[in-house]
Amino acid sequence: MLSLLWLVLVLPLAGAVALLAGAQRFDHRTTSAVGVGSIGATLLLSLGILAQYAGRHGETVVQSLWRWMAAGDLTITFALRLDPLSAVMLFFVTFVGFVIHVYSVGYMHSEGPRAYARYFAYLNLFMFAMLTLVLGANLVVLFVGWEGVGLCSYLLIGFYFEKDWCAAAGKKAFIVNRIGDFGFLLAIFMAYKVFGTVDFSGMWAQLAAEPSRYAPWVTPIALLLFVGAIGKSAQLPLYVWLPDAMAGPTPVSALIHAATMVTAGVYMVARCSPLFSQSPTALLVVAAVGGLTAVFAATIGLAQNDIKKVLAYSTVSQLGYMFLGAGAGAFGAAIFHVFTHAFFKACLFLGSGSVIHACSGEQDIRKMGGLAKKLPVTYWTFVVATLALAGIPPLAGFFSKDEILGKVFAAGSADLGGFGRVYLGLWVLGVAGAFLTAFYMFRLVHLTFHGQFRGTREQEHHLHESPASMVWPLRILAVGSAVVGFAGIGTALTFGRDLNWFEHFLHPATPAVELGHHVSLGIEWLLIGLSVAVAVGGILLARRFYLGPRALEIPNAIAGRFPRAFDLVANKYYVDEAYDRVVVKPLRSVAWFSWKGVDTVGIDGPINAAAWFTEITGDLLRFIQTGNVRNYSLLILGGALAAMAWLLL
Amino acid sequence: MAIPTTHFVILAALLFAVGAAGVLLRRSGISILLGIEIMLNAANLSLAAFARQHGQLDGQVFVFFVMAVAAAEVVVGLALLVAIFRRIGSIDVDRLNALRW
Repeated sequence: MLSLLWLVLVLPLAGAVALLAGAQRFDHRTTSAVGVGSIGATLLLSLGILAQYAGRHGETVVQSLWRWMAAGDLTITFALRLDPLSAVMLFFVTFVGFVIHVYSVGYMHSEGPRAYARYFAYLNLFMFAMLTLVLGANLVVLFVGWEGVGLCSYLLIGFYFEKDWCAAAGKKAFIVNRIGDFGFLLAIFMAYKVFGTVDFSGMWAQLAAEPSRYAPWVTPIALLLFVGAIGKSAQLPLYVWLPDAMAGPTPVSALIHAATMVTAGVYMVARCSPLFSQSPTALLVVAAVGGLTAVFAATIGLAQNDIKKVLAYSTVSQLGYMFLGAGAGAFGAAIFHVFTHAFFKACLFLGSGSVIHACSGEQDIRKMGGLAKKLPVTYWTFVVATLALAGIPPLAGFFSKDEILGKVFAAGSADLGGFGRVYLGLWVLGVAGAFLTAFYMFRLVHLTFHGQFRGTREQEHHLHESPASMVWPLRILAVGSAVVGFAGIGTALTFGRDLNWFEHFLHPATPAVELGHHVSLGIEWLLIGLSVAVAVGGILLARRFYLGPRALEIPNAIAGRFPRAFDLVANKYYVDEAYDRVVVKPLRSVAWFSWKGVDTVGIDGPINAAAWFTEITGDLLRFIQTGNVRNYSLLILGGALAAMAWLLL
Repeated sequence: MAIPTTHFVILAALLFAVGAAGVLLRRSGISILLGIEIMLNAANLSLAAFARQHGQLDGQVFVFFVMAVAAAEVVVGLALLVAIFRRIGSIDVDRLNALRW
């Protein structure tokens, strides 16, 4: 079974190719069979592979497929690598991906057959790219998948490309990602220059053998890799594409936010953990960016009114937590949060899709309300996933988020030349972010599902629960959101007994780095109690603000009291506008100058002048052609005499 | 006493001038062809004269070539003139001025 690892990539790719080739002819039924079937087969195959791999005690299995390129002493093989880290990713990417494919059958059913086939083709291609990224055994194969998910996100975000703003959102995602990719590329070049190989096993073996020799290069490479991760995983300051990515169909948002794409950055940092763990500076940068993003995005989420935008900012914020964990050396905890987040965020997005579906395309939560009775399954699954996201025990998000916060707090006792304290500050940010998360998520729940319906009568008439193909994925993901956390129970919760299966499994691939001292059991319980209390506090505050007959009175009063602050948050701190002013506009000016100045005047000018000169000359010379034969013969004679005169004189 | 080459060349120049004047001044297509023939024969005359002066046969051989080409040219030229006459009912070259700016 393990030897069939290559088939995991081939199946989705074959599905995509078949759908693209047959897009003109396939009807809905054929498209669904091919599109969902290919991912279903991939899931079954992956489960078989993982079942067999589970008995291997975390060894690394590398499958070299072919020698891809060879130049000088650089040889790159197209090789796949299965180790605990890629095994975890393989599992949830195929599982959540499959569930989203099933859901898409119901959600996209009203599309025409060609658009439907195109949609599933892109979706399959997305899975192929993500699996390439996850299974790549060297930086270059990983980069192929990395660019592949970028391309697919562009195609899917701009799926409704007839609308200008959707096409623009796709373009924005692609361009912003490319900025990060530039850093990643530089990191690959540098890694090759320093290590002479881009193979993970090779690089880490050299690094482990002679740490001091590579010490000066570790931090620059790690930081450049992290630039790539910032772009792909939507961290400050390159997060701006992710909220706009909501322009795509809702299942695509679920796929991008939960299973594929944005998790790639965290995965890559964890994959390169041997490199990052050698550089406290890089770790600190990772943690700081993560912590700041976590709170920054959460505050924006407070004032958004689009159901998907709230979830988008929550994703940015949660990705911040993942990097916070990775930056504290707890790569296992970061991946654990990726893992649990995949379930509850997919559930939330698919739930929001169900809500939008029911409200005839309405996305503004101010025009919703009271949907709990009409959409019972959507409501309950949404609440479970929201509780998981808020970190309420014993749901999945509680275990992963708590582990991250605990590790960050512990890292605060590190020395790091006085910079260890920074981790304590980041821990405070993390706790504040947890409060904000619980608050804005329950604001969303209350405004969407509770109270009175605030939309039009016609919309109210059409309210209905979604079809089975959409409801069952929600149920499955809600169960997942509830239980997957038990895979990684922190040691404190079991009073020191080690039941953290997840971390043990991951350990051979990404050993955690202990930056600070262990904190005592009592303090750990205190931290856990604090973060739960903070989450509950956020939930209660949201209940007071947005539920009951006096709902919205307090928030409106606050917004009225501090109009400027509210304005700032509601407009996302004007970051997009600032980027527009600082980056886009000057870039456009430069482009305009090179068009109108360099191209039109500098290049076209001389060429057009030459053409103009030729034309004028012809215009004048044509008067010689009188049509009179004797005239011509006179000219010939004159010419002959002139030539003779030239020769003789 | 042999006739000096100079006389042949002067005669050839005169013949050439007559031919050129015919080509330039006459409007009838046939006259123009005749003018061209006279010019060709002027060239032939000087070729033959110089061949005689140098005592080589190259120039005389060349004369035969020119005669052959001139015959071919007259065939084509006369055929064109017949075609032109059928088309416009005249061989006045001043009426052939359709191809102009």
